[in-house]
Amino acid sequence: MSGFKGGVHPKIQKLTGYKKTEVLPLPPRVVIPLRQHLGAPCDPLVEKGAQVKTGQKIGDSTAPVSAPVHASISGTVVELSPKRLPTGEKVLSVIIDSDGKDEWIKMPALDPEKSSREELLQRVREAGIVGMGGAGFPTHIKLNPPKKVDTLLINGVECEPYITADHRLMLEEGEKVVEGAKIMAKILGVERILIAIEDNKPDAIEHMQKLSEGVGRVVKLKTKYPQGDERHLLKAVLGREVPAGGLPFDVGAVVQNVGTAKAVYDAVKLGIPLVERIVTVTGEVAEPKNLRVRVGTPFTYLLQQCGGTVGKVRKVVAGGPMMGFAVHEDVPVIKTTGCVLVMGEVKEEEEGPCIRCGRCIEACPMSLMPTHLVKLVRAKDFEACLQYNLLSCDECGCCAYVCPSKIPIVHVIREGKKGVRRLRK
Amino acid sequence: MIPETKLQVSPSPHIKDRVSVRRIMFTVVLALMPATLCGIYLFGLHALFVIVVSVSSAVVSEFLGYRVMGKKFTMDGSAVITGLLLALCLPPSVPLWIPAVGSSFAILVGKCAFGGLGQNIFNPALVGRAFLSLSWPALMTTWVSPFEGVSTATPLGTWKTGGGYASYSDLFLGRVAGCIGETSALAILIGGLLLIALKYIDWKTPVSYIGTVGLLMFLLGQDPLFHILAGGLFLGAFFMATDYVTTPLTGKGRVIFGFGAGLLVVVIRMYGGMPEGVTYSILIMNAFTPLIDRYTKPRVYGTVRKRWWERKK
Ligand code: SF4
Ligand code: SF4
Repeated sequence: MSGFKGGVHPKIQKLTGYKKTEVLPLPPRVVIPLRQHLGAPCDPLVEKGAQVKTGQKIGDSTAPVSAPVHASISGTVVELSPKRLPTGEKVLSVIIDSDGKDEWIKMPALDPEKSSREELLQRVREAGIVGMGGAGFPTHIKLNPPKKVDTLLINGVECEPYITADHRLMLEEGEKVVEGAKIMAKILGVERILIAIEDNKPDAIEHMQKLSEGVGRVVKLKTKYPQGDERHLLKAVLGREVPAGGLPFDVGAVVQNVGTAKAVYDAVKLGIPLVERIVTVTGEVAEPKNLRVRVGTPFTYLLQQCGGTVGKVRKVVAGGPMMGFAVHEDVPVIKTTGCVLVMGEVKEEEEGPCIRCGRCIEACPMSLMPTHLVKLVRAKDFEACLQYNLLSCDECGCCAYVCPSKIPIVHVIREGKKGVRRLRK
Repeated sequence: MIPETKLQVSPSPHIKDRVSVRRIMFTVVLALMPATLCGIYLFGLHALFVIVVSVSSAVVSEFLGYRVMGKKFTMDGSAVITGLLLALCLPPSVPLWIPAVGSSFAILVGKCAFGGLGQNIFNPALVGRAFLSLSWPALMTTWVSPFEGVSTATPLGTWKTGGGYASYSDLFLGRVAGCIGETSALAILIGGLLLIALKYIDWKTPVSYIGTVGLLMFLLGQDPLFHILAGGLFLGAFFMATDYVTTPLTGKGRVIFGFGAGLLVVVIRMYGGMPEGVTYSILIMNAFTPLIDRYTKPRVYGTVRKRWWERKK
């Protein structure tokens, strides 16, 4: 395998890799944001006071890039108001109080063999499926690329330290992942299914190898962050490089997370929309766990089920430690939340001067020069920022991770992106 | 559980590598210890005094310099390295005011005047050394033999005047006249390999630097091994041409830097008036570092490499 350039090896902290997923008891209340993906927000389909059932569609949009949202418990809509997402934005949300019954509305099951491509695609959309690896792009759009593709790459890499949600999913529900991949391959019209897994999950590799026999091939990768990023994964597995500003279909491939594949299976074969996912709750909690959680469940509820936090809590991060968001209030699990990480006392080191060690350049998987970018952004020279490909930065954090001077490089680059956008307007 | 506590909201990544500037700097100091101890062993107590004076005046100068600039002084170890490196490339018999003056000049003019750590263009220790060589050339070229302390010439000096070569083993172990810390290739190599193993320095720089000198000397009909082992090439290649601040950022740039410095050493030794050349070769290449950085930008993922003549800037 060709691998990809750069990257880092943070200490692997998979505290929960061997822990079977537990089903989290239904929360008394859920907060369901009407936008949980990249794209347009949904309009609410219910009003305050309405009775809803689990799986009922409560928000949808006619915008081309969007995915509907569904009630994740049955009960009463008690409030419609803007609430904060784990990412920090505020989004109109539907708040539902549970009736404790969990009564479902399901869509009719489809036979993927007999259904047409369009029917399947429509089902994926109706089920509100978005990429579950992190960014959350609506899956039905990704499955309908404007160009012919030849490969479906299933992403089981999970390269962020601490997170084991995908790992557990592959071990516990690998069949569904493979079935889901088959359905997606049919929609895409591709023959080749590859499943990429990092070598720190040998059990998952072995298991998926068995399950995918005759369907696809498991590709074993060396463990390195940020291998789970589509672009780096494509380079590592297929040796193809997505052109700057382009998308994976430009090099004939579509990448889908294992969780997304499982959601596609649920939607098509069982008629269940995306209302739950596996979340790894880890770090400074009494008992780190993998939990099967309904979308909209508040983080606090998750933490309670893990015996609460231990020690002095300084940070709660939605997502992994490399790219996750630090939250400062209770927020709900959304479709893209793979991890809740509680961090204790962290030594925040003061920023020092850049000593030009070049570590950030070596670590940058996009082959940028982060040290230059920091200087250029701080000098507000946005023209030069563009020449140094500022916009190619995928904010993976490798540069800031390795910087001995503790320069908040990613943060500065984000500021720079804002500056560049203002310049372009 | 979440709302009660004061949570910190800071940008990702939320974990950092343990390596810090201080850790790197003090590891470099540690890596210089074999050469330092070897110098003291070979040239006696006076060498130790030179080192102590040099290091302490470097630290004090930096403290005062940062004071004047209104910058916060931190004991990050960079001044210690400068002072130590300067001492290691002084003749062992210099009077003690020489390291004091040299170190202060190195820090104040070579570093603080440019804005402090990370901003200087030239290697401060070499700036100090060049200043001393130009100001007190006689003192800076007075050599003594190891152990006895008798006046003598360095192997390169002997070579320049057409004398005989020192033996390889004497050169390798350092049993020849020369600067305090530069005579023993072995001692320097131990420290250098440590830094390479820890990935604190890039092996490409010393390899291209030393390799270029060896190859060109061979092509010119000289004894390549003699030229590699004699003089300050090893110290320069492992500890000065690898200084982060004043040398290129990328591997490719570092190869070019090493090659350029190697070429200059050969030109100076063969065609210049001086028998050495390491100091000036690195200082001259330091001046080219920004240019090298500009033309060795890595090819960004997903883009097509532009040739240098196709680039605008
Ligand atoms: S955050 Fe951006 S600049 Fe830093 S390593 Fe990742 S891609 Fe490179
Ligand atoms: S890693 Fe930090 S100190 Fe090193 S070159 Fe990059 S920004 Fe500068």
